[in-house]
Amino acid sequence: MKNNGLTRRKVVAATGAALAAPFLVNIVRAEATTIKVGFPVPLTGPYGAEAQDQVRAAQVAVAEFNETGGLRGRRAELLVRDDKLNPGEAATRALELIENDKVDFMVGSLSASVQLAVNNVTKVRKVLYNSISQSDAINEAKEFSRYTFHEALNPHMTGGAVGRYAFSKYGKRVVFLTADYAYGHEMVRAFQAAGKAMGIETLADIRHPLGATDFSALLPRIQALKPDVLVISNFGRDQQIALKQATDFGLKKSMKIVAPILLYTGRIAAGAQAFDGVVGGTSYYWGLEKTIPSAKAFNDRFRKMYNGRVPSDYGSLAYAGVKTFLMAARQVGTTDPEAVIPAMEALKYDYYKGPEYYRKCDHQAVQSVLIIESKNAPPGDPDVFNILAIDQLSEADLRSCKELGFT
Amino acid sequence: MAGLTLQLLGLQLFTGVALGALYVLLAIGLSLIFGMLTVVNFAHGAFYMLGAYVGLWLLMHGVNFWTALILVPLAVGALGLLVERTLIRPLYGRGLDYPLLLTFGLSYVIVELVRVAFGNTGYPVDTPDALQGAVDIGVGYFPLYRLFVIAASVVVLVGLWLFLERTSFGLIVRAGARDPQIVRILGVNVARVWLIVFGIGTGLAGLAGLLAAPLQGVIPEMGGPILAEAFVVTVVGGMGSLLGAVVAGLLVGVVVSMTSLFAPEMSRVAIFALMAIVLLLRPQGFFGRAGLMS
Repeated sequence: MKNNGLTRRKVVAATGAALAAPFLVNIVRAEATTIKVGFPVPLTGPYGAEAQDQVRAAQVAVAEFNETGGLRGRRAELLVRDDKLNPGEAATRALELIENDKVDFMVGSLSASVQLAVNNVTKVRKVLYNSISQSDAINEAKEFSRYTFHEALNPHMTGGAVGRYAFSKYGKRVVFLTADYAYGHEMVRAFQAAGKAMGIETLADIRHPLGATDFSALLPRIQALKPDVLVISNFGRDQQIALKQATDFGLKKSMKIVAPILLYTGRIAAGAQAFDGVVGGTSYYWGLEKTIPSAKAFNDRFRKMYNGRVPSDYGSLAYAGVKTFLMAARQVGTTDPEAVIPAMEALKYDYYKGPEYYRKCDHQAVQSVLIIESKNAPPGDPDVFNILAIDQLSEADLRSCKELGFT
Repeated sequence: MAGLTLQLLGLQLFTGVALGALYVLLAIGLSLIFGMLTVVNFAHGAFYMLGAYVGLWLLMHGVNFWTALILVPLAVGALGLLVERTLIRPLYGRGLDYPLLLTFGLSYVIVELVRVAFGNTGYPVDTPDALQGAVDIGVGYFPLYRLFVIAASVVVLVGLWLFLERTSFGLIVRAGARDPQIVRILGVNVARVWLIVFGIGTGLAGLAGLLAAPLQGVIPEMGGPILAEAFVVTVVGGMGSLLGAVVAGLLVGVVVSMTSLFAPEMSRVAIFALMAIVLLLRPQGFFGRAGLMS
């Protein structure tokens, strides 16, 4: 049968060419595309409040970058994903961001195990990743890769700073009440390391199950031991309940309660009574704006974008995590990791809390640790902490490169 | 162990009793509902959580804690009545599985509805002013509020005992727990009795939730872990036995407390170990009726 020269082969070839055309156009447009920053955080789950603030702060960094010209006209875009605080979920989201959305940078997440899961994905795919919550493990040689950066504090820095302050000021007889998982263990290890140099006496090291809602069975024993300092190392809701119940049992009358980290969101959620008089560490408190100009600039921008709200500690980590990548990329004029990595390693920056830089061997952000104490503030008032002291940045506060397994 | 004194042991024992008080309130409801209706109420934890949230809502709207103590069990009990009448009653006579699955699904629905209404993250609840502080009970300082929880549980138990032992309705409930079939044959409207029993059980759970709120705050998931503990108590005490629920509740509280003194990581495991031992030695629990599940 004659078919007017229109063979099947010609139809298939023509269709293929027609379908491929959009891709040809896309390749030509590549230089004008946005810089994509993947942002997996636990929007649902117990740390939803912290994660939401991280999204807000990250958007501030993106907005500032775009308003000042971006990268030669290329704008940045934040791709927020919910990792549900689950390592498997986070790894899947990270993979999707890399393969489907072709992100240039990855920033996130909360919880040490989730960070490690995301890092496992990004280091194999050679995508730059800035981790924005506490972890000791991510600094270690076996987890590390050139593409891994860590803007947040690690337990060693935090526990060390708080320990040095508390043991010298309040006494050397110490009881530890710790959540029985990696974070808790790392914190105790940090306190012990700092305390050993000061000659502390560990009266007891009590481990409670993660997610415990009742500490009453543990408190009488602590009361009986009569320590100078009670170090409570747990996080989120565990911390709020432990502090509340410790207050109920009247422990604050006979000992100083100290925590490695005090979260702004946690303090607001739990109220003044439970946290009253508790001393702890943090990476950032908005009250720094009284003495540090970059803090004021960051806070003012945050207030402007979000109706007078102030940024939290974890939020500000997201700001710096995103901003360092964007600024480094702008400096070298490209998002190519091979150029950005040396730029990040050489970066000396002060974006919101004072001077910081990334240590070369493990890409840990060397920065100050704030020692804060909760104060009585009426509900709705954001001024909930007093800054007691600032442990200035110093590589001596970090574990040595050799200790971490780097040669 | 350093610092182990008789005083510490005494205080620890007392803490266990305080812990047990809440378990008892929950287990009584569970045991009643199972003993009479042969319904395994997986939604019991959700009713506990609802009690806490209803209490929170009342407190947020200016109702004082003492009034809430009366309103909350009534409100949650009323909801329990509704659930029994509309959801569970159609399933009677179909064996254990149907109501079990229903209550299981209901627990998910209730938790999600609370999440929608109040959000995911939970709220702190302040101890009422009159009950703040700690008192010296001889062996050490103990929070006044926890003493109140023990007292409140005792009051509820006495009230329940009086109800069961001294009223004719209570007589029917006890008879129905002993043998539902005979009670039916004797012409009692068992359906109405079961309706009220379900309401009482869930009302008790709601009260327990309100009592627990100042201890640990409220979150939508708070019903989960305590339901497991309540089931352990019910099994150890014997399904359907109220005395069993009381004895086992206190025992479990004390076991958790004493284990925490020596090996805190094992405290949750210890109650399941207790349950395993009791089931091995006496499968119907301390005071349960043998063969109840068949």
